Amino acid sequence: MDWLNAGVQGVLLGGQYALLACGLSLIFGVMRIVNLAHGVLAVLAAYLSLFLVQQGLPLWLAVVVVVPVFAALGYAVQRGLFNPALAQVRARGAGGDSRGGGSRGAGELAPLLVSFGVAVALTSLLQEVFSADTRRIPTGDLASAGVPLGPLSVGLLPLITLVVAVAVIAGVQLFLARTPTGRAMRAVADDPGAAALTGVDPRHMYAVATAVAFATLALAGVFVGMSTQFSPGYGDLVLLFAFEAVIIGGLGSLWGTLAGGVVLGVAQTIGAQIDPQSGVLAGHLVFLAVLVVRPGGLLPRSVPA
Amino acid sequence: MSVLEVTGLEVRYGDLLAVDGVGLTLAEGETLAVLGANGAGKSTLLAALAGTHLPAAGTVLLDGAAVTGMPAHRRVRRGVALVPEGRRLFGSLTVEENLLMGRYPRRPGPWDLRAVYDVFPHVAEMRDRRAAVLSGGQQQAVAIGRALLANPRVLLLDEVSLGLAPAVVTRIYDAVRRITAEGTTALVVEQDLDQALRVADRVQCLLRGRTVLEAPAAGLDREAVADAYFGITPDLRTQEN
Repeated sequence: MDWLNAGVQGVLLGGQYALLACGLSLIFGVMRIVNLAHGVLAVLAAYLSLFLVQQGLPLWLAVVVVVPVFAALGYAVQRGLFNPALAQVRARGAGGDSRGGGSRGAGELAPLLVSFGVAVALTSLLQEVFSADTRRIPTGDLASAGVPLGPLSVGLLPLITLVVAVAVIAGVQLFLARTPTGRAMRAVADDPGAAALTGVDPRHMYAVATAVAFATLALAGVFVGMSTQFSPGYGDLVLLFAFEAVIIGGLGSLWGTLAGGVVLGVAQTIGAQIDPQSGVLAGHLVFLAVLVVRPGGLLPRSVPA
Repeated sequence: MSVLEVTGLEVRYGDLLAVDGVGLTLAEGETLAVLGANGAGKSTLLAALAGTHLPAAGTVLLDGAAVTGMPAHRRVRRGVALVPEGRRLFGSLTVEENLLMGRYPRRPGPWDLRAVYDVFPHVAEMRDRRAAVLSGGQQQAVAIGRALLANPRVLLLDEVSLGLAPAVVTRIYDAVRRITAEGTTALVVEQDLDQALRVADRVQCLLRGRTVLEAPAAGLDREAVADAYFGITPDLRTQEN
């Protein structure tokens, strides 16, 4: 029974990881950027929601405010920071040919370094503004409420998180697969130069992708803030788990990211069941094992994103 | 008024002047073939016309309006569609999704999915397959279809025959002939002189970035074209004789 419980709790925890990882996966899938600021941005969203709640806003209204604000922030960050860094990659890597990506060069690291700069600057800024004390978004009794599931009792908040994670990933996947904008986004991911020849502005399309990613990241940040004590440095852990979920699932595949989040969550809870101190370690070991056995992840780019 | 009017075009790659003062005009419904050896500046000329590599000097007028410095994604919305060298399909998208990308500029006109499938029936059979798994000839057909779906004022075709078997090239140019015969204005860059002459009304030969020969395609003196390819002037030939 304990093992079954650990498994179920792991799946629920995986929902949170998948929700966190969704934006990371989308940005990587569309433009091959590993956004190192992903974790601290999620923490920023948690602080922003906490601030709004402290001003007297109901939590749902805070979410309604924070998610579009983050989408706009994502668009601006892409246009202002990541696009210039990407242009550097293309100029270095492609030479005279307008075909983007694929080549090596020092410029290849530019977007990664820019996102690293954002991450460290933002972490310091959060420490200045909010101090290093741990906080939590008050949720009333939501965080402690449970629902009976057969012989088990599962937390209501983790259950909602998992449902939201599946809904968000399905929504983004549907957007990519079925809408003209989603199709254009996949086209830009394949070949930005050729996409420009069909009338798509790659810089705009990248910014739309980052806006969507930041919106999902903000939502994830709020759920983290409700379920966990967080501090400015908590973003490191968020980035680590989200990154592991993306890699386990397979880079660039959103359903893979969901699977990766669940695998990581289950590994952590089962690990903790074996030895309460070793949950996180077990997660890392599974991550390492996947890297060795299936470097492409569980579902490598089965669905292009 | 000409659909396309280019004057004094200069295009650079770093220090290299790849296109050196080229001018050309394209009338409504006309097909111009730009010929020349490797490195003559043909593809660079097309890149400048499509907006993927902007010129250093000169002007490009589309229906009388200057588009010289306009980037590619805005130029296609104005009606310049390029079928790029190497086809550049979106490999992870299906054939039909690739074609639908051509509809992205939402330009009205006679070309829709059905019209493209009529010209390339074998493409219709492959509509749900991923573009990456197609053969070279099939990919070329999709690339042409994708450009047509933008309902362009002028269709630019870059080295359509490259890397394809002769029989496949003939089939592709059969289709190009039908497309241009229906009134699409086109500029064709081609190494294969015979195929170019099948579709062209006029030819223009480039050598080291300059125009060295302009002539109607009908009754074209092939020796003159061959000379223009290699930069042999009539004077030189006289001396040799």
